[in-house]
Amino acid sequence: MAKRRGKGIASVNYPIGMNLGGDPSQALVHAMPTGKFMVSLSSVDLGQGMKTMARQVCAEALGVPSDDVYVDTGDTDTGPHCMGSFASRGTHRVGNAVIMAAKEARAVLLEAAAEKLEVEAGDLDTDGAGNIHVRGDPGKSITVTEASLAGQFEQGRTISGRGIFLVPLSHPDPETGSMTPVTCYAHACTVVEVEVDDETGVVTVLSIKSAYEIGRGINPKMVEQQLVGGAWMGISHALYETTEPYYPDRAHMPRDFTGYPMPGPGDICEIDLVILERPAKDGPYGAKGCGEMCATPPIPAIANAIFDAVGVRIDDMPFTPEKVLKGIKAVR
Amino acid sequence: MEFRKEFFADEREEGLREVGAVRPRQDALGHVTGRSRFYDDHKFAGMLHLKMVRSPHPHARIRSIDTHQAERVQGVKRIIQAADVPKNIHTILRLIDFGIDDEPVLAFDKVRYTGEPIAAVVAETEQAAYEGVSKVRIDYEQLPAVYDIEKALEPGAPLVNEYHGQNFFDYNGYDHQKVRLGDVEKAFAQADHVIEERYRMSPMEHATTETNGCIARPDTDGRYICHTSSQALFFSLENVALIVGLPSNKLHFIGGTVGGGFGGKNDTVVEPITVLAAMLTQRPVRYSFTRTEEMQVSSHRGAELFYIKDGVMNDGRIVARKIRFYADSGAYSRLSPYGVLKAAAHMPGPYTIPNVWIDARCVYTNRTPSSSMRGFGVTGADFALEVQMDKLARLVGIDPMEFRILNAYRDGDMKAHHRTTSGAALIECVQAAAELADWPIGDRYRAMSSRQGGGGERG
Repeated sequence: MAKRRGKGIASVNYPIGMNLGGDPSQALVHAMPTGKFMVSLSSVDLGQGMKTMARQVCAEALGVPSDDVYVDTGDTDTGPHCMGSFASRGTHRVGNAVIMAAKEARAVLLEAAAEKLEVEAGDLDTDGAGNIHVRGDPGKSITVTEASLAGQFEQGRTISGRGIFLVPLSHPDPETGSMTPVTCYAHACTVVEVEVDDETGVVTVLSIKSAYEIGRGINPKMVEQQLVGGAWMGISHALYETTEPYYPDRAHMPRDFTGYPMPGPGDICEIDLVILERPAKDGPYGAKGCGEMCATPPIPAIANAIFDAVGVRIDDMPFTPEKVLKGIKAVR
Repeated sequence: MEFRKEFFADEREEGLREVGAVRPRQDALGHVTGRSRFYDDHKFAGMLHLKMVRSPHPHARIRSIDTHQAERVQGVKRIIQAADVPKNIHTILRLIDFGIDDEPVLAFDKVRYTGEPIAAVVAETEQAAYEGVSKVRIDYEQLPAVYDIEKALEPGAPLVNEYHGQNFFDYNGYDHQKVRLGDVEKAFAQADHVIEERYRMSPMEHATTETNGCIARPDTDGRYICHTSSQALFFSLENVALIVGLPSNKLHFIGGTVGGGFGGKNDTVVEPITVLAAMLTQRPVRYSFTRTEEMQVSSHRGAELFYIKDGVMNDGRIVARKIRFYADSGAYSRLSPYGVLKAAAHMPGPYTIPNVWIDARCVYTNRTPSSSMRGFGVTGADFALEVQMDKLARLVGIDPMEFRILNAYRDGDMKAHHRTTSGAALIECVQAAAELADWPIGDRYRAMSSRQGGGGERG
């Protein structure tokens, strides 16, 4: 009877956006009188940070601080169509729609500033702190607030923009499977270390060390939150969760969380992460999306680590203590 | 967490101000102080509650439905049955012209899974609604049920869904979606080793903090407002418009702040019947899944089955991969046939294999319908493929990291679905993970790149 350690790895990619495309999302951006900006969407924030992503991307494209942008979403009367928050499509699709809308609004803002400063709009740039200046001559400047007021109250301009992003629909060939499922992929490699108690069959994950390639991290803290949460969900999928533990037998279906075991906050292991960024050609500032993929690679890495520890292959998810013990018995 | 900026530095635009910066979440304060408004944080005067009469059987003919006693329960305002639903038989991917109408909003002639909705009881209180539910009498004739993917495909298996007429989804006249590249049989004949393995994944629950639910109410101008937990507001709105027979501009959906989704709130299961109840009663109506409903009758990640046969050479090159994939859709389609296409496109994993054969099937059984969940079409496949990769590496005696780098796809390589790889970064992830975990790999493998050596024979 002993606790045995093992290591396992997995490397994966993840398709970004709704499979086969044909899934548009739209955004509207407009300036309030004093140069604060509103993004109108119908996209859903499930807790993954849709609103914050849209806010930062919009601020970047407009050239203003993100504090000056507010994202209003979740109303079909005011927000234009969005296909929905699924398939790792939010950042990629909605982010692009927001950039398109923000660029249109920025162009009008610079026109308004140019008229006020009596220069060409093409000679203007933003400092990202609320000012518009002549490129190469920072002294000749106007605030975004002044430009916005002038544009709307003196020049009669709508400082606003419309955006849409669409990956055209692909039809899979029935004979060969020739198709364009997506336009870009995120990538990952995960190394897991486990400890297997060969008396109880209980598997404890000691550490998860992962490299993720995500195109561009729009907000590093939210990336980290996704990747840590995903690692936890991966452990849970691998070792704990199923609604039908004796599938295809339907016995023991859970009614609530007492019958559906999942690890608690105290069961989270050491997690080390590195991020790589190979920008997607059609991603917003190169971004892809890491929301779904990070729950996946821990699962096979844990299976491979269990084999490394006790020589047992479990080809049937989840890897419950019962299956581990039966496997240990079989190889002895 | 550390950014390894030296990788792909020449491909990145630098000098960004907001992108790449840590900013607080716009909604963090509301969330952590409990003041963000989720769908169930709306209360309306005169709000009614909807509870569902559900099938206790996995497969049965409905002989009769008797609601007389239930209608007499004090507080019960209305009992809705199939005949009250303008378009009762529907499929949600109708909106993208995919699949056939195969699922009733309310069952009437037959039930096909345990928990299938049959009648909606709308009452002044939740208690009265539950009492009404308990008094609806339904006479069933039980039918043989099938629960197992492979048994459902055997000749003589009970037919689950008459709208399909067989226990599988029809992909252009086939019982599967094909992916074909090269000649797998010829490659197996020439491979140094051939192994075939079977993998399975059991069903899983999304386990969101907030259950599926919505509140629908008549507006003052002939429109209906629906506060919902949906992950896809317009997708839900347009499906509801079709089912209840209203033009879409008569509907106003409000949401966008949701307590977790993970794919479990894409199916438009609560909104159609709730909007219809608001139309029929002209009162606000709330329908919120209990945790048990969420666990047992809301869709889940379906079971999946894989047979993976690989041909590999002593030098580590995988030369052929043949996969038979089966997804358990349960009794109805929802998003599963689409997820099967995603799985077919995802295989054979992020590796360059010159000969690939994939048959991907969507199978109907007498189970709770499965649907999308985080990693839809990918999670089960990556489990099976990456355990298989570990077995192959050990079979040919190559370090598992080096084995993956050797077979990883590179820019210019042909994928199984007949598209050229671009933007690959798997090799670099393996290299960075090896470094992070102090896992030694050979200099040859440390020097490899996703950007070099693709587009031809590997070796």
